[in-house]
Amino acid sequence: MAKVVAVTGNEACANALRQVNPDVCGIYPITPQTDMMQRFASYIADGKVDTEPILVESEHSSMSACIGAAAAGGRVITATSAQGLALMWEMLFIASGDRLPIVMPVVNRALSAPLNIHGDHSDAMGARDSGWIQLWSENGQEAYDNTIQAFRIAEHMDIRLPVMVCLDGFIISHSIERLEYLEDQQVKDFVGPFKNFLPLLDIAKPKSYGPLILTDMYHEYKRAQHEVMTKVQDVVLDVAKDFEKMSGRKYGIFEPYRLEDADIAIVILNSAAGTTKDVIDEFRDKGIKAGLLKPRLFRPFPYTEIADALKHTKAVCVMDRADSFGGYGPLFMEVSSALYQTDKRPAMINKIYGLGGRDYMPSHAAQVLTELNEIAKSGSVKTIKEYIGVRE
Amino acid sequence: MKAKGWRDLPPGSVVLEGGSAVKFKTGSWRAYRPIWKEENCIQCLFCWIYCPDMSVKVKDGKREEFDYDYCKGCGICALECPGKKGQKAIEMVEEGK
Repeated sequence: MAKVVAVTGNEACANALRQVNPDVCGIYPITPQTDMMQRFASYIADGKVDTEPILVESEHSSMSACIGAAAAGGRVITATSAQGLALMWEMLFIASGDRLPIVMPVVNRALSAPLNIHGDHSDAMGARDSGWIQLWSENGQEAYDNTIQAFRIAEHMDIRLPVMVCLDGFIISHSIERLEYLEDQQVKDFVGPFKNFLPLLDIAKPKSYGPLILTDMYHEYKRAQHEVMTKVQDVVLDVAKDFEKMSGRKYGIFEPYRLEDADIAIVILNSAAGTTKDVIDEFRDKGIKAGLLKPRLFRPFPYTEIADALKHTKAVCVMDRADSFGGYGPLFMEVSSALYQTDKRPAMINKIYGLGGRDYMPSHAAQVLTELNEIAKSGSVKTIKEYIGVRE
Repeated sequence: MKAKGWRDLPPGSVVLEGGSAVKFKTGSWRAYRPIWKEENCIQCLFCWIYCPDMSVKVKDGKREEFDYDYCKGCGICALECPGKKGQKAIEMVEEGK
């Protein structure tokens, strides 16, 4: 029986990690993630898990410790945010290049400068090309469910890649919501025992991780790494199917909302999708065919599937809670790349919203949908990229 | 030997064979070559201790010739060599001369 609770996103993720009971955990605090690892540290102190904590002096060391522990042959976790993820950056590529199935909730937060602790997606978007699988979560329930599914995806014998589970800082990490927890035994059975693959501690078969590979082979190794990413989507869907059987909650590679017959659509990640769905309902009530697409799997990006889901629309706005200064928003770049390959495609605009935790209001969604409705009628786009909710 | 294609590689750039560094002969990196002068050698084995590789061969407690397959010519052995009566037992000579 599912247990219904009122908890924060951080609490939910910490509980998912407790239920999985990993072997090793790299721990370093950073707002807004701190509270998640603090709760997990309590589980360790109280003997609720068998996890070996490694308390480190920085996130660079935290990821390094995780890499060592995962190569040794353990089920390994850590969690971080913002500057912490930025400091891990070079180690992220080593975790993925060595094919180590580390699971890491990332509580999304803005990057300095200016210093800001609130939710936006600049941190995870900066790790976009690091070779990690990225799952994004609208609310606490999705963050909890994604964290559990992440272990099955990361540890799949055809994949063996690290996974980030993204949730919005404070908006989700610190807000209390109604959630359904699975039973401990259900989670244990779902993730199964950790299966080793080329562990360093198998001393009967000595091996080396991280050798120097130069012009003769590096290109081939990267090609092989790309190939693994092409297999991830099917595994994500298979794991989601099993998860649905257990929990009754359905997951895909993205969530379409009233999209099938939509003329206009918003593409948006994480918590802001919830607000947008409400406003889409209001527009539908007014007879405007509005819809939404919320990506769940951002890396690898499901280009073909997202293009298929959007190509029938007349106008699409991709909304980014991160900017690429001097470029379009990162999500816009992906969606427009996806749609370029279709014969018939919608007009597209890009809005940057909610940086540094700036509230995303229903009025912002309404403003965007109104503009999209005009573009759908006229077929002309005035400004491709614009900031919204910004004081002039 | 045909070079491996990307489909032939073990996942994660892991080298699955122990001690495989022996197959990678690094002696060609050398710009300076250590020359052992046995007549000045007091068999202190400092060169054997200090060599960052394993390029000083020792048999029955006595040093033998350098292993030029792996010696990169760093010169640490020559620097540390106490020699005999002020005469070094290891001298660095430019390769190709």
